[in-house]
Amino acid sequence: MRARVIRIQSAPSAAFEYISTKKDELVGWARKFSIFPYPFVTACCAMEFMAVSSTPYDTDRFGAALPRFSPRQSDLLMVVGTVTHKQAPVLLKVYEQMCEPKWVMAFGVCATSGGFYRNYGTVQGIDKIIPVDIYVPGCPPRPETVIDGIMKLQDKIAGSRHPIITKDF
Amino acid sequence: MAPDELNVLKDGMRMLVIEPAGLLGTVQRLKSEFQFDLFLDVTAVDWLGKSPRFELVYHFYSTAHRVRVRLKTRVPEDDPTVDSLVSFYGSARFMERECHDMYGIVFRGNDDLRAILLYEGFVGHPLRKDYPKDQEQPIVPYRDLAAEADVGSKAA
Repeated sequence: MRARVIRIQSAPSAAFEYISTKKDELVGWARKFSIFPYPFVTACCAMEFMAVSSTPYDTDRFGAALPRFSPRQSDLLMVVGTVTHKQAPVLLKVYEQMCEPKWVMAFGVCATSGGFYRNYGTVQGIDKIIPVDIYVPGCPPRPETVIDGIMKLQDKIAGSRHPIITKDF
Repeated sequence: MAPDELNVLKDGMRMLVIEPAGLLGTVQRLKSEFQFDLFLDVTAVDWLGKSPRFELVYHFYSTAHRVRVRLKTRVPEDDPTVDSLVSFYGSARFMERECHDMYGIVFRGNDDLRAILLYEGFVGHPLRKDYPKDQEQPIVPYRDLAAEADVGSKAA
């Protein structure tokens, strides 16, 4: 991996003149603090989504506050609530419209596994349809759990490869 | 139906149990004579193993008298057909569609029994007791995880 060197021209000759890091770490660091979520909100977990988004818990502290209501502008698909088979084509279409890089959070047990809806109508976890990066348990999850999920996702983003130009760079 | 019948409360509500053939006549009298002008719901009960198998339950409300009435009738498994109430209440069109979705009751005279809560291509009637309780009919095919893992290992 090539190291990246940044020269800060205007800095005095003292301590902070050069930074060296790995490209993936630099890009990962930038990306993990600019997660724009698309809330795919279908059920009662929406209440907890509102709680965790608003002032007392404030996902803005993690750079993940500004919901984009177009999937084309968002990085994180938050599937908040139960997904039925009738809705599944919509969810898939939303996921396919998102640009790379993209991540998916299953918010609550219904999105994770179908929850207690073991019946004819409910998708038994959205990972049957689309790949999921982070599962947040709970019915609904506590805001702390969601924040924990976002932080774990940030760790995952920070630690993964970020090909920009080709798959090797 | 004698008017007295409507004065007997069963489970706290006025209730009539009738034969399917008498449905239209009874509902017409309820609407015109007793002013039950609001059709609240139609649903069904599946008494699996009993005969006749399906029990249809209708609810009506009179906004003039502020009174509800429940109407029950039973239809057999091999011909679960009753007359539709669309000629009396337009809203019956949608409630009968749902009942058709869930229980497979055929409403004679309702010309639009397309799926309303279910989707096109769904086979069977999920609220029947003999529908397997965890049988799914996905529209979007489930991911082939084995194939995806294979692609992933080649890419790496």
